[in-house]
Amino acid sequence: MPADFNWAIGGEAGDGIDSTGKIFAQALSRAGRHVFTSKDFASRIRGGYTAYKVRTAVDPVQSVVDRLDVLIALTPRTIEENLDELHEGSVIIYDGERTTMEDVEIPEGMIGLEVPLKRLAEEAGGAIMRNVVALGAACEVADFPIENLDSALEKRFGSKGQQLVDNNKEAARKGQDYVDEEYDHEFDYDLETTDEDYVLLNGDEAIGMGAIAAGCKFYAGYPITPATDVMEYLTGRIENFGGHVVQAEDELSAINLALGAARAGARSMTATSGPGIDLMTETFGLVATSETPLVICDVMRSGPSTGMPTKQEQGDLNMLLYGGHGEVPRFVLAPTTISECFWKTVEAFNLAEKYQTPVYLTADLSLAVTEQTFSPEEFDMDEVEIDRGKVVDDDTIEEWQNEKGQFQPHAITDDGVSPRAFPGTGEGAHMTTGLEHDELGRRTEDTDLRIEQVDKRNRKVETAKEQEDWSPREFGDADSDNLVVSWGSNEGAMVEAIALLEEEDVDVRFLSIPYMFPRFDLTEAFEDAEEVVVVECNATGQFADVIEHDTLTRVKRVNKYNGVRFKADELAEDIKQTLEA
Amino acid sequence: MSSEIRFTDFKSDKQPTWCPGCGDFGTMNGMMKALANTGNDPDNTFVVAGIGCSGKIGTYMHSYALHGVHGRALPVGAGVKLANPDLEVMVAGGDGDGYSIGAGHFVHAVRRNVDMTYVVMDNRIYGLTKGQASPTSREDFETSTTPEGPQQPPVNPMALALASGATFIAQSFSTDAQRHAEIVQKAIEHDGFGFVNVFSPCVTFNDVDTYDYFRDSLVDLAEEDHDPTDYDAAKDAILDADKEFQGVVWQNEESVPYGEKHGVTEDMSQVDEGAPEGAMDLVREFY
Repeated sequence: MPADFNWAIGGEAGDGIDSTGKIFAQALSRAGRHVFTSKDFASRIRGGYTAYKVRTAVDPVQSVVDRLDVLIALTPRTIEENLDELHEGSVIIYDGERTTMEDVEIPEGMIGLEVPLKRLAEEAGGAIMRNVVALGAACEVADFPIENLDSALEKRFGSKGQQLVDNNKEAARKGQDYVDEEYDHEFDYDLETTDEDYVLLNGDEAIGMGAIAAGCKFYAGYPITPATDVMEYLTGRIENFGGHVVQAEDELSAINLALGAARAGARSMTATSGPGIDLMTETFGLVATSETPLVICDVMRSGPSTGMPTKQEQGDLNMLLYGGHGEVPRFVLAPTTISECFWKTVEAFNLAEKYQTPVYLTADLSLAVTEQTFSPEEFDMDEVEIDRGKVVDDDTIEEWQNEKGQFQPHAITDDGVSPRAFPGTGEGAHMTTGLEHDELGRRTEDTDLRIEQVDKRNRKVETAKEQEDWSPREFGDADSDNLVVSWGSNEGAMVEAIALLEEEDVDVRFLSIPYMFPRFDLTEAFEDAEEVVVVECNATGQFADVIEHDTLTRVKRVNKYNGVRFKADELAEDIKQTLEA
Repeated sequence: MSSEIRFTDFKSDKQPTWCPGCGDFGTMNGMMKALANTGNDPDNTFVVAGIGCSGKIGTYMHSYALHGVHGRALPVGAGVKLANPDLEVMVAGGDGDGYSIGAGHFVHAVRRNVDMTYVVMDNRIYGLTKGQASPTSREDFETSTTPEGPQQPPVNPMALALASGATFIAQSFSTDAQRHAEIVQKAIEHDGFGFVNVFSPCVTFNDVDTYDYFRDSLVDLAEEDHDPTDYDAAKDAILDADKEFQGVVWQNEESVPYGEKHGVTEDMSQVDEGAPEGAMDLVREFY
């Protein structure tokens, strides 16, 4: 039996693919198995191919592979779309009584399980449960105890009444019994369960959870794929912690609402995707110049323009590093795993307030919409630390006033960080502006003051470089001559690729970079390496360019930009070939 | 402290660079008087402005203030107010800032009905860029960029506001100091989004919509038996193309501001030293 099991349900958008997939993923997670999910979806509400894939193992899984063991095919196209991943012995569950499926031919070597999904669902109480019948059938094929499915069904339908839960449980059993009775085939799977308790969540949810944990009270955003889940997560939850979500009229408004809340002293955030960052860039400059702490989350999708909204890409790096007119300090954080989406969000709020500057937090679509299991301790809230930086109050404001008793929000300091007075603080009334300003925040065109303020703002970056830890996450063989560098969601596939490469006697040292700016100095790592390969999901190698600039050394590149994330086995092959080239 | 506050406490020590005779002096003075009269002080007041001559106001007033980007002062003001409802929030803009680049935000700020005051210094021209047509310029108003006039009807800000569900609409004239301050004060006291369009003449570039023009043509609604709570009367006054007026034209007494409607009534500036109590429940949801 293989160490991991790969399952998928596919059909048309509107077929309930997403919720069915999620129920199965939760059942596996509740059975103490690790789960990693991925989604193929199109940018439309109904129709169009869509699939939800689940990879599961007893050991942690953090990527997808090019293999599918059991496929629930609700449409003929589902089989076509997955032909590459289906293999000899793969099981395809389908409803042969469904008009569109009656002439389906199961590819040679694969096992077609014809299960009357709709008819059995109707017997259990309603045709709508046909996907759950299929889940029951899958349980039988995988030898997975169906009781685990029950608890996932309770979670999903519990709020809608016991009758519905019972009907669904029965539907699942009808699917299971049908396979058991009609097919005497011995399947190759035996999904074992453990006593572990895991949580299952995606990157957008982890970002939202991180924001609440960090004390974020205000969120303004405009819906956009694939960032909307952050907003949907916060809505209805942040209120329990004294916060509020505003759905703005556009991204320009969203960032300005968030800016206003931040000026009022709230920990404040907005999230969007690339096209939204384009619109926000005007105000981004104001946020930086007015030295307002703000977390701006960019969940990258495939660009440019509207590009491929539901597909993976890491194409926004240049915009995040350099976007906007003029020169303003910024931090750019890029979580590399779903749990890091949580922790980097917490860190983003601390950096924003400590250095009074906007922080871009960028996740890619693959991190945002895929789910992974973690032990709950991974999100230990006791580990969350809040640092608000230099906030003054009624008692301490005096030391930051000039001889006329005026508060100086842009006071020149050695570390580049000025004091902050939240509105309402006595004797603290002050203005700030996107115009160049003096220490009081008032407009100036004085050439000396200009230099002082620019230097002061830029000094924050130098201070942060010294005071914070910008280390990468390191994997593989520390002594290897082969160095692989990547960012974002590629880490999961790369970590698994390392193991696959080992099997072929290729050793690599892998640095996964979570900080795009400021950056860890790679010069030393480069000196130790003979070959350097930079892995990223874009066509031109934006991060590779940046690294070459930093280190004055040429690197090799592995780029993928067809809209699909790296798969572990594919990446291992690409790395091997690139090293050999 | 508030009882001792005078309107001059809202003045900064910076000398305005507005042209001598600019309507914006009077507009600003009226805002400061209204703030003082309503018991506010500089430390609980937040003034937001966009770009243009009107955008300079934060520099000349003494309060917490942000001078933002063109057309986007309204969402900033809403963010400030929602994050700290204890603050008095006043947003200032010009006719270009508010009805052109910021028109989208205007419509939605009106709909959102956050409890703040929006004062538009309407001089029917772009002053700071030296005299181009604005969205409230007359159809035949000749400028450097519209030699034959814009040849499009001007935006009717009040009609736009009314159609967007405004709960308070007023108009005033910057040089009628007493009346202007009184109207802004009513906007501040209104529960919800108080919108005041102020005729604030540009003495340098607009030789049509002058002080004399407004003095001669302005009708005061208070002397007209106008009932601002009568929606139809408000609609008629707003759509009357032959009438320039000052006064409160429409006030919805049933207005419930956004914050109250959504339960956003607490100061959000304080956070715990670690994750908030109950945060671990957020993790358990994912079991």
